[in-house]
Amino acid sequence: MIRDMTIGQYYPAESIMHRLDPRVKIVCTLLFLISLFMQNSILGYMIAAVFLTAVIKISKVPFRYIVKGLKAVVVLLLFTVVMNLLLTQGENVLFQFGFLRITENGLRVSVFMAIRLIFLIIGSSLMTFTTTPNALTDGIESLLRPLNKIGVPVYEVAMMMSIALRFIPILLEETDKIMKAQIARGADLGSGNIIQKAKSMIPILVPLFVSAFRRANDLAMAMEARCYQGGEGRTKMKPLIYRHRDYAAYVVTAIYFAAVFVIGRYVPFKLWIF
Amino acid sequence: MSIKIENISYVYSPGTAYEKQALKNVSFEIPDGQFAGIIGHTGSGKSTLIQHLNGLLKATSGAIYHDGKNIYDKGYDMRSLRSRVGLVFQYPEHQLFEEDVLTDVCFGPKNQGLPKEECEARAREALELVGFPEKYYLQSPFELSGGQKRRAAIAGVLAMKPEVLILDEPTAGLDPKGRDDILDQIQHLHERTKITVILVSHSMEDIARYVERIVVMNRGTKMLDGTPEEVFAHYKELEAVGLAAPQVTYIMHDLKERGHSVKTDVTTIEEAADEIMKSFRKRKSEKGSFHD
Repeated sequence: MIRDMTIGQYYPAESIMHRLDPRVKIVCTLLFLISLFMQNSILGYMIAAVFLTAVIKISKVPFRYIVKGLKAVVVLLLFTVVMNLLLTQGENVLFQFGFLRITENGLRVSVFMAIRLIFLIIGSSLMTFTTTPNALTDGIESLLRPLNKIGVPVYEVAMMMSIALRFIPILLEETDKIMKAQIARGADLGSGNIIQKAKSMIPILVPLFVSAFRRANDLAMAMEARCYQGGEGRTKMKPLIYRHRDYAAYVVTAIYFAAVFVIGRYVPFKLWIF
Repeated sequence: MSIKIENISYVYSPGTAYEKQALKNVSFEIPDGQFAGIIGHTGSGKSTLIQHLNGLLKATSGAIYHDGKNIYDKGYDMRSLRSRVGLVFQYPEHQLFEEDVLTDVCFGPKNQGLPKEECEARAREALELVGFPEKYYLQSPFELSGGQKRRAAIAGVLAMKPEVLILDEPTAGLDPKGRDDILDQIQHLHERTKITVILVSHSMEDIARYVERIVVMNRGTKMLDGTPEEVFAHYKELEAVGLAAPQVTYIMHDLKERGHSVKTDVTTIEEAADEIMKSFRKRKSEKGSFHD
């Protein structure tokens, strides 16, 4: 049941995307996200859509699989859209019913917000689909290393992140198991009013927390048993080295970024109100 | 309550990179009151299989009949099925959550909608059945030893008074004594309550001593099915799939090969010892005068 959640998971496949240096993927993903919020024209989003589609194609992650990840945030998405739709002030009223008022501006803002959020989620989950958690942390660590000089414990933060990421699938599986065990004991999950629903989560949450602590404890013990110590003087088995394809990826993304920036901001193009 | 499964197949995460066929056309029937064992290597599909028996997983194809009724029929009462087929998962102590043992064991009966007194009576009965010491009834389940936690968790399922009890690796992670205690208790329980018991394990040694019938799973298919004697006769095939017959099987086969007239289909150490003694006495009486 819960196994089907795909957001934040790694999708094993053989593609150029998978082989790219994690630093490239992180920086390019960030650029992509910034490009979404930097402009507000339908043309800019079209370019983003084309870019995203191309990258998905190259990554060999099935589109269906990516869309499945969106399901997890559909409530958040709807909430944002409805809020923007109803609460944005504007002049040209398109629709009015009692105190509910939808303005041209509101429709515009909410549609763009939905596109932004969907692209943002797909873009960032594409990064996690094609990068193993370990590679991802290596990348983050390497990118943030300069902060070490001003006293930010970069290595420790990276380690914590990689552990957290590593535990997502494990805890999901554990949740699945505990849910099944409680259902086997006749637990009724998810019926009744909200208080009953909340109460029915206790038999799942308590064992889940206990197990999370137990795992954390075991992991700490295992790390200590191998004389683990932080970043100082620690070498890597697979040091990150930029290759040709990495530079190429930077260039492609930079071109995309510039295109969205220029076209999205300075080319006047309107489709009805968008 | 008899269970009949027919051509069950199951695929995990169909249509994704993690797609995996866990069961392929498995069929067998377990009659009322049988003490059966399901055995298989890690990943052979045995845990997946048993989750079908109480409807937690729905087979991709195939049918399951409980008392002649197909559980995949529309309108089949899954909740009542789950209270009739008690499933004890691997490491069942990981599902404990209440403040004290007694309340935790009451969780199952409470979900069945029984009044409070009845729940407690059943909980006490179940705890007694698994040999859980009464002085710990009101203690937090998280403060117990591993073996006691496991007992409490098994009692949690038993308290629902299932007609079929399925235990997935009930001895995993226990020391040899804890293992024997739990298995003895399960056997005792089977004798006392006459319910159907299905024991899942990867250890032949564990299973051989207790069950009347063994189903061997390998890579999602049923490989062998029969009494322990029948199954262990195929000890070479079992070895080929990474399962070993009990050690006594090997000893008896070796003895036979060296010309001793012993039966090879014994399954427990006691039987083997008897058999060997018999063979020696026979020899002694044949050559009797010579040795004296």
